[in-house]
Amino acid sequence: MEIDQYLGVFIEESKEHLQALNQNLLELEKQPEDIGVVNEIFRSAHTLKGMSATMGYQDLANLTHQMENVLDAIRNHQIKINPDILDIVFDAVDSLEEMVLDIESGGAGTKEVSELVSQLAAIESGEAPLQAAAAVAEEPVSDTSGLILDEFELAVLRESEEKGFQNFYTKVTLREDCMLKAARVYMVFEVLESLGEVVKSNPDVSQLEDEAFDLTFEVLLVTQEPKEVIEEKVLKVSEIDAVSIQNFFIDTYKHVQDEGQEEVTASVDEEKIEETTIEKKAQQSNKTIRVNIERLDILMNLFEELVIDRGRLEQIADDVKHPELHETVERMARISGDLQSIVLTMRMVSIDQVFNRFPRMVRQLAKDLGKKIDLQIEGAETELDRTVIDEIGDPLVHLIRNSLDHGVETPEVRRELGKPETGTIKLKAYHSGNHVFIDITDDGAGINRKKVTEKAIKNGLITKEQAAIMNDNQVFSLIMQSGFSTADTISDISGRGVGLDVVRNTIESLGGTITINSEEGKGSIFSIELPLTLSIISVLLVEIQNEKYAVPLSSIIETAIIPKSDIMHVHNQAVIDFRGRVVPLVSLKEVFQVPEVKEETDYYSVVIIKKGDKSAGLIVDGFIGQQEIVLKSLGNYLTEIFAISGATILGDGQVALIIDSNALIK
Amino acid sequence: MAEEIVQDVKVIVFQLKNEEYAVPVTQVGSIEKMEHITRVPNTESFIKGVINMRGVVTPIVDLRSRLGLEETPVDENTRIIIVDLDDTSMGLIVDAANDVVDIPVDKIEEAPQVIGAINVDYIDGVVKLEDRLVILLDLRKVLKFHEIEAIKSIES
Repeated sequence: MEIDQYLGVFIEESKEHLQALNQNLLELEKQPEDIGVVNEIFRSAHTLKGMSATMGYQDLANLTHQMENVLDAIRNHQIKINPDILDIVFDAVDSLEEMVLDIESGGAGTKEVSELVSQLAAIESGEAPLQAAAAVAEEPVSDTSGLILDEFELAVLRESEEKGFQNFYTKVTLREDCMLKAARVYMVFEVLESLGEVVKSNPDVSQLEDEAFDLTFEVLLVTQEPKEVIEEKVLKVSEIDAVSIQNFFIDTYKHVQDEGQEEVTASVDEEKIEETTIEKKAQQSNKTIRVNIERLDILMNLFEELVIDRGRLEQIADDVKHPELHETVERMARISGDLQSIVLTMRMVSIDQVFNRFPRMVRQLAKDLGKKIDLQIEGAETELDRTVIDEIGDPLVHLIRNSLDHGVETPEVRRELGKPETGTIKLKAYHSGNHVFIDITDDGAGINRKKVTEKAIKNGLITKEQAAIMNDNQVFSLIMQSGFSTADTISDISGRGVGLDVVRNTIESLGGTITINSEEGKGSIFSIELPLTLSIISVLLVEIQNEKYAVPLSSIIETAIIPKSDIMHVHNQAVIDFRGRVVPLVSLKEVFQVPEVKEETDYYSVVIIKKGDKSAGLIVDGFIGQQEIVLKSLGNYLTEIFAISGATILGDGQVALIIDSNALIK
Repeated sequence: MAEEIVQDVKVIVFQLKNEEYAVPVTQVGSIEKMEHITRVPNTESFIKGVINMRGVVTPIVDLRSRLGLEETPVDENTRIIIVDLDDTSMGLIVDAANDVVDIPVDKIEEAPQVIGAINVDYIDGVVKLEDRLVILLDLRKVLKFHEIEAIKSIES
């Protein structure tokens, strides 16, 4: 079918619009008076309606249409926004989301929406007439200071006023990314002139044609059409950001002119505000192109091969010791290093993709739990590799739910404790070195150390003696062990006994770590540290007899060389006393059944690795060095090999296996 | 199978011990000289390890060991035949790769019982070419693809 080729675009854009709807609705909830936000919402809904109707998704189109009507009424001050209306609109957006998801998974995108449609219709018709009369009266406050009218123009306006025409002061704002401003202006003028007569424009027509204006221009229009019609028609022109239409009264104009000085300063203020909003928008609309993710993957694969060859060249250059070759290879290494960072950043997506669904989720959860929550998001523009982004969503959802459910107290409790009723959950992402950090901070109850240790002892996770010597961080990390849940009552939201341990496992499988800080009564901080990318990692190359293996640096604490005499045995398990801790030893030679070719020495080379709080020492025969390597899979044929997570190709073209250190720690 | 439609099947003939075996050319990607193989621990004994085949980590099977023949040291004739099956590349170690031969389909006979003394399901048929006897291999069965698929389906 021909439509298929547009389906992908449709789904993607629908999702974007739905996201915009969600965001702006939340914004509107905070500032119900902000008509600009309503306009944004209206536009998203309008586009969505058009798209879904074109694609033939009737239910989707119907619902958006009704929603649009309500929004239109709000926009025109016919309806006052109240929480009930917002709830229904939110519900409508939820339904829209469901339908789009259904379409994405191959469904027909149908859903029973008649109830919502009728609810929306009731809002639209029921309350509309009540507000309409009041709205008109509020109108004639007009800021027309940008326009200077001469006597002739004033005469025309006066005459038309007398003849029952209306004079409208129309301010049109073009979109930031508008390419052909003159063309848009022309189209707007054409629309306006089909509706009435343009008396005056600012800047004047010739300047407009020369594109000698920023983004807004003002027009005085004489017409018999109602302003809603004008607005709608002008908005149909593409790349128009906003249209504001106000009644223009000659008396007010004169009054304003008389007041002179004062008004000028006021308008300067307004311009300032306008500038700042424009700046904000400029940040969002960088010029981008959509690239199929597959192509990026191919590019990445090709680049990985280049990295392998680079390693090979470096080695050859070292062997040959030819200065010119050496120099060229070094240069190439630098360039490919730059290339590497560009290719990697191309696969980066801002974490906003994950964060942007949280405001809605928190709103809903807070409602369900009867809590008041203010969710603050910081650093949503922080970028991460796509593969990490794909995985990090669920753990974050879980942590936020956890903070909401177990962290922040109910408003009553908070009042008693002398805290503000509204709890704060802060989500903060930032870069540091080769890592990305995500902090989830709440100002809730914090973690009760005593409760945690008691529970852990009861569940057999630790002994009383261990509990006594553990520091706070160690205690808090207990709540991420499997079979642990501190909630006294099991709720729908979290506290099913599974969860935080899954969160920790997911994060560790991504090569990251999670730590908990908490102060009872003040709140908790869950900090996640993640690598920027998963496809190129730093490893320590080690030798086991004649074989080479790679151990990811992220899981290494340190390396050591210990004399054989330091090894002790506990229950047949070789252990060493390492910086005051008993660390079990694992002989990789035995685990990997490496054929013996070398004689044993009196010293062992040991790599100390960690998994959460546990550690182990891997006995190897020698350390080769640290290296950046490209992660390769072993393919479909060799799957699930114990303690091997993948392979890489070394500078000499040979394959080295990457050790999955997590599998080696029990 | 596709071979039944065309009259001739192009096969690559290779040697193991004293016998000649063949696989269809369509399944063969390339023939390589022996190179360093990285052993992969805790796998079946006939899997010798992996090599770097132009940037792709490719598993290597010792065909002698898989077919129950004794292993021999590598010499200058030893070759690795890279085969592609279902998007998976694999290498087969053989004593020598001899030539490419066209085999008329109607000359392919069922494996005589003499050869298949014990449970050999991986022989597709035998062909007599003048004074040579060539054994056609079913690579899927040789490489135990069905077992791997069985494991996969249990997992999913």
